[in-house]
Amino acid sequence: MAENTKNGSKKKGASYLSARESRRITKYNRRVTKRLEKQRADANKDENLYTTKMKDEGNVVEFDNVCTYFFTDAGTVKAVDGVTFNVPKCSTVGVVGESGCGKSVTSLSLMQLLQRPQGQVVGGEIRFNKDDGTAYNIVNTPNEIMEKIRGNRISMIFQEPMTSLNPVFRIGAQVDEVLKLHNPDWTEEQIKERTLEMLDMVGIANKEGVYKMYPHELSGGMRQRVMIAIALACSPTLIIADEPTTALDVTIQAQILDLLQNLKDRLQSSIMLITHDLGVVAGMADYVVVMYAGRVIEKGTADDIFHHPSHPYTIGLMRSKPVVGKKVEELYNIPGSVPNPVDMPNYCYYKDRCEMHCDRCSGDYPPEIRISDTHVVSCWRYFDEGEVLGYPKSVNVEDL
Amino acid sequence: MAESEVLLEVKDLKKWFPIKAGFFKHTVGYVYAVDGISFQIKRGQTMGLVGESGCGKSTTGRTILRLLERTDGQVIFDGQDLNDLSKEELRRIRPRIQIVFQDPYSSLSPRLPVGEIIGEAVREHGIVPEEEFDDYITRVMEVCGLPPYYKDRYPHEFSGGQRQRICIARALALSPDFIVCDEPVSALDVSIQAQIINLLKKLQKDYGLTYLFISHDLSVVEHISDTVGVMYLGNMVEFAETDEIFANPLHPYTKALFSAIPVPDPDVKIDRVILPGSIPSPANPPKGCKFHTRCEKCMAACTVKAPEWQEVEPGHWCACHLYNMDALTPEEKEPAMSDEAKDT
Ligand SMILES: Nc1ncnc2c1ncn2[C@@H]1O[C@H](COP(=O)(O)OP(=O)(O)OP(=O)(O)O)[C@@H](O)[C@H]1O
Ligand SMILES: Nc1ncnc2c1ncn2[C@@H]1O[C@H](COP(=O)(O)OP(=O)(O)OP(=O)(O)O)[C@@H](O)[C@H]1O
Ligand code: SF4
Ligand SMILES: [Mg+2]
Ligand SMILES: [Mg+2]
Repeated sequence: MAENTKNGSKKKGASYLSARESRRITKYNRRVTKRLEKQRADANKDENLYTTKMKDEGNVVEFDNVCTYFFTDAGTVKAVDGVTFNVPKCSTVGVVGESGCGKSVTSLSLMQLLQRPQGQVVGGEIRFNKDDGTAYNIVNTPNEIMEKIRGNRISMIFQEPMTSLNPVFRIGAQVDEVLKLHNPDWTEEQIKERTLEMLDMVGIANKEGVYKMYPHELSGGMRQRVMIAIALACSPTLIIADEPTTALDVTIQAQILDLLQNLKDRLQSSIMLITHDLGVVAGMADYVVVMYAGRVIEKGTADDIFHHPSHPYTIGLMRSKPVVGKKVEELYNIPGSVPNPVDMPNYCYYKDRCEMHCDRCSGDYPPEIRISDTHVVSCWRYFDEGEVLGYPKSVNVEDL
Repeated sequence: MAESEVLLEVKDLKKWFPIKAGFFKHTVGYVYAVDGISFQIKRGQTMGLVGESGCGKSTTGRTILRLLERTDGQVIFDGQDLNDLSKEELRRIRPRIQIVFQDPYSSLSPRLPVGEIIGEAVREHGIVPEEEFDDYITRVMEVCGLPPYYKDRYPHEFSGGQRQRICIARALALSPDFIVCDEPVSALDVSIQAQIINLLKKLQKDYGLTYLFISHDLSVVEHISDTVGVMYLGNMVEFAETDEIFANPLHPYTKALFSAIPVPDPDVKIDRVILPGSIPSPANPPKGCKFHTRCEKCMAACTVKAPEWQEVEPGHWCACHLYNMDALTPEEKEPAMSDEAKDT
C-alpha cells in the first residue's frame, strides 16, 4: 500500500497469506540467505573479488546496478533494484524520493550496515575509490576493511542525533573514541586537542563546557553539530547525510546546512545528501538523483532537475509542493500511490499514476535514456529523442 | 443580532503547565507554553499558525477546544465564551468544533472498522436519525474521497494519506463550523500532502468551514491561509494577512524564519538570516523580549522590557520595540548583544 510500505504493506500482505504459503516463504528465505552469506564469506577471502577499478577516477563512489533485497516473511522486497549513479569528488549529490523508495537502503548498502541476514546485496557493484588507481568493491569487502573505511573514509550523519549518540557517555569521550579508533598512535593530549578543534569547527562556542556534557543536556541543533563533528573527525572523503535536518526546526536547519556546506569545501569531501525536501536539495546539491520505488528514474545536475525536470514523476513532485511567492488556486496532485514493493508490475512502476503515459509504457520497464550530456531519464517518452544507455539489471529471485 | 463576521476570538489566552517536584509534588515552576496570545478568525477563513517546535502551537489549539483547561484569558466562539459554558452546553457545542491531528497512525482506534470510526460521534450526538445513518456516512466518505466499501475495513489496512482522509471524514461528519488542523500533512509524503490540502480547501469552499491551520511548513501555510500568526516561545510575535506578512515581515524573528525556507530552485541564492543559538526553554524564558537572546537588532530595552502587542499598520500586528522607538530613551536604544548570540 501507498507511502507507508514499512508497516502498511507488510501487515496487509501478511494477513492475506495462507499458512502454507507463509511456511514456503520462510523456508525459501532461510535457504537463500544462508547461501548468500556463504558466498559472501568466500568472496571476503579473495582480494581479487573485492578489488576493482573505478570507471572514472574523478568519482569517489560508483553505484553500478546495485540490487539490495530484503527476504521478509511477506515475500522478497526489492528495496533497491538496479540503481546506478556516481558521486564525483568534492561535490554534493542529492538523493530525493518519497518515503520507502530506497534512499536509506542505498546508503546502508554502501556502508555495509544492512540488517543481515534478511537484507542482502544480491547484484551489482559498489566501487569506492582507494585513490591509488584501484577501488574496493564494497559488496565483497571483508568486515575488517570496512571497519577502517567506516568513520574514517566514509562517515554518516543520521536523522535523529539523540539515538546515534550514546546517552551515558560525555560528548568529549564520544568524539575522542572515534579519533582513538582511527589514530591509535596519538597521545591523549593530541586527541583531546583535536576534539576541541572539531567542536570549535562545528560552531560550538562553549567547547570546554560541551566536552564535559551529556547528550541530553544539549538541544537538537547542538546534538546534530556534535554528530557532524564526529563524522568529520577523520576528514572523510565522503559524508553520507541521511535526512540530517528533518528533525530540526527551520532556523536550526538553516544553521546546520550552512555549516555542512562550509565544512565540505574546507575538507574537500563529497556529500551524499539524502532527503525528501526538494528545497534543501536545491540549495545544496550539485547533482541530483531522483528515486522511485527502488529505482533511479532521473538524474542530472541540479540545473537539469530543477529547470528541466523530465520524468513525469519529477514534474509531478515539483508541482505538488507549494512554493512561497507562487500563488496557485489548486495544487497539482499525483493520483494514486506507490506500488506494493512485494509485488511490482513488470512495466514502468510509475505508469499507473502517470498522466503522460503512451503505448510503449505497457511494455517493458523503460531503459535509461541520455537526453543531454549530464541528464539521464528512465521514461519511454524520451525513447526517440535520446541515446539509450541500458536497462536496470534486476536479479531474478528464483535463480538465487 | 446579526451574525458577526468573526467566528473565533482569542483574548490574552494563557496555558501554563505546572512543573511538579519533590515527595509532596508541589509546584516548583511553570512551563509557559502559551503566555498571553490574542487573535481573531473570520467566518469561512483560515488562519495559519506557525513557529518552531515547542513554541506552543498545539497547546493553543487544544486549549481553544478545551481539551486542556486554560490558565487565563478568553476563547469566544460565535459570541460565547467557551469557558463559561456548563458541561451540558459544552456537550451541545462540541460537534461544531473539531480537530484533525498530525499523526494519522495513532489517532484512529485500531479495533473499529472505518464506518464506525466515522460514525461513532454522529450517533452519540444524534446528528442524523438512525435510519439515515448509513447513507449519511457513505455521503461523508464520498466527499472525502473514500469509496464506501472501505466502511468495513480496519485502519491498519490503509496508507497514511487514506488514514488522514478518515480523520477528516470523522471531523466533517459532525458538520462542524470550525476545525483545528494540527499539522495535518506533516507526516505525509509530498505527493500525498497535495491531495489532503486540496481536499481541505475544497471542503472549506463547499461548506463554509473555518480553519485554524497549525504547521511549521511555511509554504503550505502560505498556500492555504488567509491570515498568519507567528509564535515564539509561547507568545504571538506577529499577525497579518498572508500576502502582507510574506511580502513585508516586520519582526526580526519572522524575517529570519521566512528567509530560512528552502526554495526549490538552485539559482535562487537567498540572503539567509542565520539565527545564532538555540531556542530557550519555555520553562525559563529570557526576560524582556523573549527573542532578545537570538536577535541581531537587540537593544538595551529588549533585555529588560517586554515589547507591547500593537497594530503597527492597519491589520498588521507585531510585538517588537523596533516599531515603538518613540517610547524608548536614548540609553534604551543602545545595541545590546546577549552572551549566547555572541557565542555563535
Ligand atoms: N530491515 C528491513 N526489513 C525489511 N524491509 C526493509 C528493511 N529496511 C528497509 N526495508 C524496505 O526497503 C524499502 C526502502 O526503504 P528505505 O528505508 O531505503 O526507504 P527511504 O527511501 O529511506 O524512506 P524514508 O524517506 O522513509 O527514510 C522499504 O520498502 C522498506 O520497507
Ligand atoms: N501536558 C504537558 N505538560 C507539560 N508541558 C507540556 C505539556 N504539553 C506541552 N508542554 C510543553 O509546552 C510547550 C509547548 O508545546 P506544544 O506542543 O504546544 O508545542 P508546538 O508548538 O505544538 O510544537 P511542535 O511543533 O513540536 O508540535 C513545550 O515546551 C512542551 O514541552
Ligand atoms: S524587541 Fe528587540 S530583541 Fe525583541 S525582536 Fe524586537 S528588536 Fe529583537
Ligand atoms: Mg530513509
Ligand atoms: Mg504540535
